[in-house]
Amino acid sequence: MLIDLFSIRRTMKETFDTFSLELEPQYGEKSFTFAPGQFNMLYVYGVGEVPISISGDPTRHKSLIHTTREVGTVTRAMRKLKVGDTLGVRGPYGSSWPVEKAVGCDVVIVAGGIGLAPLRPVIYYILSHREKYGKVVLLYGTRTPEDILFRKDLEKWRGRFDLETHLTVDRATGSWHGNVGVVTTLIGRAPFDPLNCMAMVCGPEIMMRFTVLELQKRGVEDGKIFISMERNMKCGIGLCGHCQLGPTFVCKEGPVYTYKNLKDVFLKREM
Amino acid sequence: MENLERILKEHPFLAGLEDKYIKLLVGCASNVAFKAGEYIFREGEDANQFFFIRHGKVKVETYIPQQGSIIIRTRGEGDIFGWSWLVPPYKWHFDARAVELTRVIALDGKCLRTKCEEDHDLGYEIMKRFSLIIAERLEQTRLQLLDVYGNSTKK
Amino acid sequence: MKNSMVVIVERKDFQNLFDVLSKRGYQISGPTLRDNAVIYDNISAVEDLPVGWTDHQEGGRYRLEQTNKKSLFACVVGPHTWKKILYPAEHTFIQVKRNGSKLEITSAEKKPPKSALIGVRPCELHALAIYDKVLKDGPYPATSYLQRRQDLFIVAVNCVNPGGTCFCASMNTGPKATSGFDLALTEIINNDRHYFVVETGSKLGADLLKEIPNKEAGIEETQTADKALQKAAARMGRTLDIKGIHDLLYRHFDDPHWGEITKRCMTCGNCTMVCPTCFCVNVEDTTSLDGRQAERLRKWDSCFTVGFSYIHGGSIRATETSRYRQWMMHKLSYWQNQFGTLGCVGCGRCITWCPVGIDITEEAAYFRKNDK
Repeated sequence: MLIDLFSIRRTMKETFDTFSLELEPQYGEKSFTFAPGQFNMLYVYGVGEVPISISGDPTRHKSLIHTTREVGTVTRAMRKLKVGDTLGVRGPYGSSWPVEKAVGCDVVIVAGGIGLAPLRPVIYYILSHREKYGKVVLLYGTRTPEDILFRKDLEKWRGRFDLETHLTVDRATGSWHGNVGVVTTLIGRAPFDPLNCMAMVCGPEIMMRFTVLELQKRGVEDGKIFISMERNMKCGIGLCGHCQLGPTFVCKEGPVYTYKNLKDVFLKREM
Repeated sequence: MENLERILKEHPFLAGLEDKYIKLLVGCASNVAFKAGEYIFREGEDANQFFFIRHGKVKVETYIPQQGSIIIRTRGEGDIFGWSWLVPPYKWHFDARAVELTRVIALDGKCLRTKCEEDHDLGYEIMKRFSLIIAERLEQTRLQLLDVYGNSTKK
Repeated sequence: MKNSMVVIVERKDFQNLFDVLSKRGYQISGPTLRDNAVIYDNISAVEDLPVGWTDHQEGGRYRLEQTNKKSLFACVVGPHTWKKILYPAEHTFIQVKRNGSKLEITSAEKKPPKSALIGVRPCELHALAIYDKVLKDGPYPATSYLQRRQDLFIVAVNCVNPGGTCFCASMNTGPKATSGFDLALTEIINNDRHYFVVETGSKLGADLLKEIPNKEAGIEETQTADKALQKAAARMGRTLDIKGIHDLLYRHFDDPHWGEITKRCMTCGNCTMVCPTCFCVNVEDTTSLDGRQAERLRKWDSCFTVGFSYIHGGSIRATETSRYRQWMMHKLSYWQNQFGTLGCVGCGRCITWCPVGIDITEEAAYFRKNDK
């Protein structure tokens, strides 16, 4: 189990409880390759190791960006790290979003909350190969306007004519001029061809459940809906057993699954 | 008016509705525009209309003392909103306000109510369509209540 | 194995096996008596085996009894499994040193001694084959397991005397070893004669056998052994009908019967600790008091703990019911999807060592009986 050492080049506060770290390798080859949707195991000295999705640009190999929410001991310690500090990195692990399969299709990206982090590499990838895809739609929902991740990116993306970006929040006060309502409300009228598209969905499980229903209502096939699952992971390589989701290991077959392959499992409780 | 008829006819909400009913709806429809910030209706007022949004965006709000106006839901181009005209006591339960310059087709619900009582075929067609809207609002409200993203925003 | 050979080793020559293994540098482990149970530990002589003892096993019950026969292998499996040696309960595998903001990470894996296991039961050979699939044959094998597995010498013992909770015959994993061993023994005590019918399973096994006095097996001797094993297959304490078990349990995923089981289940995790195929581990990081060194350890873990499936916000399997179901369905259903085999070998340990005697064969039978 190899652990590579990386230095923190930049830290970014995203929202009140989420942050991003940009890393660069300390030794060896100064580049890093991953597929959108994959994750790394990040190790904070003496505290522990956690799986964190890679949120940076897969076409730029010189830096590695992770975005996470501060929810446990390790992510709390991670947030306190400063530029120049060392992190251990293992990976990348897991399955990825079908950016190659989606060539020639419309792409619908539905993200909820921190679920935008593992999907951002998809958007970066598509934008740098934009001519290969049909219509591209990003539908993003958060709890409140303060919880919106990657504001700068979103502003840039909204300004593009080749990317439809729609934001919505679950609740807001008068100063918010955007949409209010759950993210699923954006699906019904989003401009994409349900018969020739790939849908990539990431967010809380319950949000993904309702999103799948709306996509099905539009006529998107189960085999063209992709979702990303989250489970406890201690090793990331299929040995510790913690991330089992019924017949699969989320670290191996996941985190990205086609809905078609997962649907017998997805609706089973406490599986 | 010809323009209105075409718009109503093409709207998915009214798809499959007989021409005579469309004509009847056109008879009780009018074009209205609201400036940004202007109220379309307010909580407690008589609910005698419903709306098709042609352009712009509308927010449905409620006022909570000490917190101000909370936005419950926004509606945009192509959406239909307002169904309090259909159920007693025919009062608006929330405020609706234009977020930006908004053009709507306002339909006279009071007139339609009476017509529906007289012609139950029409009544069924209208109820069938509005029950979808009501069910959708209920589901989305439940999802909102579930607060799926967890963690509260501010400490 | 092709060219496998069957010979007879008399009881009086059996110590030679130990001596030859020691001479060749093997650390020998095998069954031995401790605290009223047969466990696996380092042994060096025949006398270390549970000579003359046999066991009585039932749901939640384990008792040893002395007999007037001097059998070496009349006790079937006890609370230990070979994972104790091959995948230890606690294992440090990474060391980290800190110097200012710089870290130095090194492997803490040490080459283990060459190991010989004596008394590996057929069900346990199958468990090892399953462990190989999980820990050795995947894209990221567990280094420590690879190292321990590499030079392993396995002396299997066929079960002529199955225990009360055994059900290997119905799992097709016993009572006779068919592969995965260097030598396989069948212990026979016939009137006053005590001998072993020894089958070779590898070149190494055959080579080693040259140094132990033996003679070619006669037809009568091999027939005696075969008959004893046939009888044993018919004398299993339990049976588990595995036909279509994968789908059967899926069909009953929401059966309220899981809740009935967990009225008794204390989620203690004993079944996972004694299971020869359970492989789940936790990973822990510790730091020295001065903060300059850290280690990463692997420790056996159990899907019966609440923390096992914890992600921020709570555990995925918060109810006892879901945790028992996870364990049993993993063994009999999910395992087949994950590794192409069942995760249960019919050793019966989980039944014997369950403090309340929950019986996987009984529960599987319940679902079958109530399947529509």
